[in-house]
Amino acid sequence: MTILTATLLVGAIGLICALLLVVASHYMAVKVNETEVAVRACLPGANCGACGYSGCDGYAAALAADPTLPANLCRPGGAEATEKISAVLGVEAKSAEPYVAFVRCGGDCDARGSISNYEGVRSCSAAKLLFGGASACTFGCLGYGSCTEACPADAICIENGIAHVDPRRCVGCGLCAKACPNGVITLLPARKQAAVSCMSQLKGPKVRAACSTGCIACTKCAKGCASQAITIENNLARVDPAACSACGECVSGCPTGAIRMLF
Amino acid sequence: MTKLLAILFASVLVNNYTLVKFLGICPFLGVSKKVDQAAGMGVAVIFVMLVATAATWPIQTFLLDPYGLGYLQTIVFILVIAALVQFVEIVLKRYLPALHQSLGIYLPLITTNCAVLGVTINNITDGYDFLTSMVSSLGCGLGFLLAMVLFAGVRSRVEEAIPPKPFSGIPITLISASIVALAFYGFSGIITNIFG
Repeated sequence: MTILTATLLVGAIGLICALLLVVASHYMAVKVNETEVAVRACLPGANCGACGYSGCDGYAAALAADPTLPANLCRPGGAEATEKISAVLGVEAKSAEPYVAFVRCGGDCDARGSISNYEGVRSCSAAKLLFGGASACTFGCLGYGSCTEACPADAICIENGIAHVDPRRCVGCGLCAKACPNGVITLLPARKQAAVSCMSQLKGPKVRAACSTGCIACTKCAKGCASQAITIENNLARVDPAACSACGECVSGCPTGAIRMLF
Repeated sequence: MTKLLAILFASVLVNNYTLVKFLGICPFLGVSKKVDQAAGMGVAVIFVMLVATAATWPIQTFLLDPYGLGYLQTIVFILVIAALVQFVEIVLKRYLPALHQSLGIYLPLITTNCAVLGVTINNITDGYDFLTSMVSSLGCGLGFLLAMVLFAGVRSRVEEAIPPKPFSGIPITLISASIVALAFYGFSGIITNIFG
């Protein structure tokens, strides 16, 4: 008798739970985008995150939502995955615009001051833990090469205390951007354009005191830009890559040389 | 009221599930590499502990106890909690996609987490009523969150250090966890001094 009650009770609870889940999954099912499933099937499922999304599912969802996104970001899948995805999405395989990494800092050892003599572990995040690094500017490149280590294409080198990206070698995976503790590296569309190589959000005089090539937010570039691609936000100039006509006016006009031409 | 406060603080600090009772060690070691992930996991655990207690306490009181089936506690609780977490995940995915984005990835991890099961069973063992059980679960969840976030902070520093080779990786993580746990033993006795 006891065993019967126990069995019946557990069975009943199990049945109720099962029914609840069945009903819930039937009536509250979220419609999954069919394109998303198809795109996901083209990806290898390594979930490495090299594409910059949370995993293969995240990348597939992003591609399904916006087919104009680059379809060539999957490293393990390579060209094969790109072709398959492009076929699913109906875009031409090469039409996806490639990206390159860009270091938003121009402060090499000559340009910026230093506040300490760091002799610890040669890693950017370790250096940052110690009062934001040895550099006088706490926004910029720390120069210990965490990005170099992260780069799978051997496209980044550290010269004179600052990271340099070789845009011809860069595959635009964005692993360096993730590795940088200061978030100095960003991905930009791989074409000729002006870009601000400074991250400092401090006011002009303080930037000048720390680094000779920082953006002092003088607004000269914004006023002189014919295509109005430059805005000043938080004491920092920002070039809109979509609007930039790559005329070079801002690059030659910048009093501190904080704007560089990509390519 | 004082008793509820005492139970809340006791379950956060003195009886911390992770660092004093050593339950839920798997997520404690697994998801504590970054502070934001640790915080996300902690919030998800608080949520699941509250939901699980709200479901299991009535089951124990109104179903198992009257029929003298208290010994089925573990199996029934696992069944109910697992189904409930799945259900909550479906509901979140449908109606609150934003919340599902931030908590969703941790929910399957928590489904049969021993800390969650431990909280629900201990609430019964300690003879708490419904309100006290909920407060105790909230406290346990908060304690888990505190332990996760604290340890993620410790760990981000440990990751940068270079320990002797045999210690690198999990061993040094376990050693630092034990030191953090030791620090939490400093809280024992604090409750009787404040509320006693």
